[in-house]
Amino acid sequence: MLNATLGELSRALAAKQVSSVELTRLCLERIARLDRELNSFISVGEEVALAAARQADERRARGDAGPLTGIPLAHKDIFCTRSLRTTCGSRMLADYVSPYDAHVVEQLARAGMALLGKCNMDEFAMGSSSEASHFGAVRNPWDKRLVPGGSSGGSAAAVAARLVPAATGTDTGGSVRQPAAMCGVSGLKPTYGVVSRYGIVAFASSLDQAGPLAKSAADLALLMSAMAGFDARDSTSLDRPKEDYARSLDIDLRGLRLGLPREYFGEGIYAGVRAAVEEAVRWYESRGARRVELELPNARLGVPVYYVIAPAEASSNLARFDGVRYGHRAARYRDLIDMYCRTRAEGFGAEVKRRILVGTYVLSHGYYDAYYVQAQKVRRLIAGDFAQAFERCDVIMGPTSPTTAFPIGAKVDDPVQMYLDDIFTVSAPLAGLPALSIPCGFDAAGLPVGLQLTGNYFSEARLLGIAHRYQQATDWHLRVPRETPL
Amino acid sequence: MSLTPDDVRRLARLARIAIEPADEAAVLERLNRVLGLIEEMRAVDTRGIEPMAHAVDTAQRLRPDEAREIDQRALYQSVAPAVEEGLYLVPKVIE
Repeated sequence: MLNATLGELSRALAAKQVSSVELTRLCLERIARLDRELNSFISVGEEVALAAARQADERRARGDAGPLTGIPLAHKDIFCTRSLRTTCGSRMLADYVSPYDAHVVEQLARAGMALLGKCNMDEFAMGSSSEASHFGAVRNPWDKRLVPGGSSGGSAAAVAARLVPAATGTDTGGSVRQPAAMCGVSGLKPTYGVVSRYGIVAFASSLDQAGPLAKSAADLALLMSAMAGFDARDSTSLDRPKEDYARSLDIDLRGLRLGLPREYFGEGIYAGVRAAVEEAVRWYESRGARRVELELPNARLGVPVYYVIAPAEASSNLARFDGVRYGHRAARYRDLIDMYCRTRAEGFGAEVKRRILVGTYVLSHGYYDAYYVQAQKVRRLIAGDFAQAFERCDVIMGPTSPTTAFPIGAKVDDPVQMYLDDIFTVSAPLAGLPALSIPCGFDAAGLPVGLQLTGNYFSEARLLGIAHRYQQATDWHLRVPRETPL
Repeated sequence: MSLTPDDVRRLARLARIAIEPADEAAVLERLNRVLGLIEEMRAVDTRGIEPMAHAVDTAQRLRPDEAREIDQRALYQSVAPAVEEGLYLVPKVIE
């Protein structure tokens, strides 16, 4: 049951082989047993979860259930929830209980999912390793000495360790896809504007997008069908007809044009990552897909551009944490300005402060054009590369991350090394495109490798279909981490 | 270009973040490394390129100008560090 997909769980619930309460207890017991070490959860809400599970069982009994009704779920601790505190991995919000639920939280609750708890993450989603959390580093279930990736590392580790069958994440520069890759699970970043940002603690508003993490692409499709949709409370939510994201799971791969950017297979990629990704590409070719060699000449500028735009927007968004309306307030201060300065010095961790300072710099008088406006121009060049590429191919494939999971502590002293890991994931959010990561094998050390699929705007269903076909023929996504056996 | 210790103190003041004097050197060193990374994009020729402010080019939606929010002041202030009679309390700013 712990290794079942959402589809299988849904059928078992419908057939009364298991109740939602039983399933929820199973997950809670596993969390109690394994998460002391993994640290993938910041909050676990046993009573809240069991109450939701009982309601779901009643809904099933009434014949009023949808496919997700009764399935346990975890939210990244960036989604505001009334029932559990929302810390965003920060001391600033360590005791914060939101007066309202995020749109995604409402949608998945309405679908009948039982919220188990809130997942650990890099503070304010700023990081690629889930080490920068006020609540301590998350450990990778494949090797507890290693990071799970980030910033949605708690969500990815919890799904990988089979603590919960599905979790939410947010992706600003790769924060769903990179931890999915490093933990051997599937994760999707939708097209910008498809999932409402209402109730998600804002990091970089022109990039932030919520997405699901689960074992398989078919699971992601089920979750997306519930998560996505127009919401007037998010001014960037797109008013489009509701989609069934599972509609293309039986897609025909014959004639599919696989775009392979030269830049995604160049220097700096670990041999084990390259080998697994190339093997996956060959599998697609064996099913009738065709290689299209591509160039994305501005791809190398993705990381520098991202690390101007994201900190700039963050420095503005995080100005709201002033110790006045909510969150931490320093105990001792001389005057109002000193209260702001001490509150923020105490409430934010080193990486968050660094990004606020970088953002303040690139937006400051005399540097705005040279940094911020220049970054926005190069952003358009990066988006233009993709537009040209999608005239010649249907999907772009490559590694999600240049490496597999790395040791905890290895990169904490060198922010630039950490940032460079985002090389393959930052471009999709800069362009606003959908992209997903699925497991495609292991390196020599037995660590999972992620295959990234990037598609044109609103092509999520097709991407999920392309990924699902691969998962029908492989079982990488069903392998259970060796340090958290069933 | 590299930041100086004075630059860092100015940024910290603008960002309203107190930096302990003992931490200044380390903050400066790491900020300069990050600026080194982003330097690469400054040399790109972007003449004639329109800045891309958002991932998807859409216009702001408009709605009828009518009150929709209900008064939830008490609820929203329940999470504030210090309130009194519906007001947020801060240190005295006017003598």
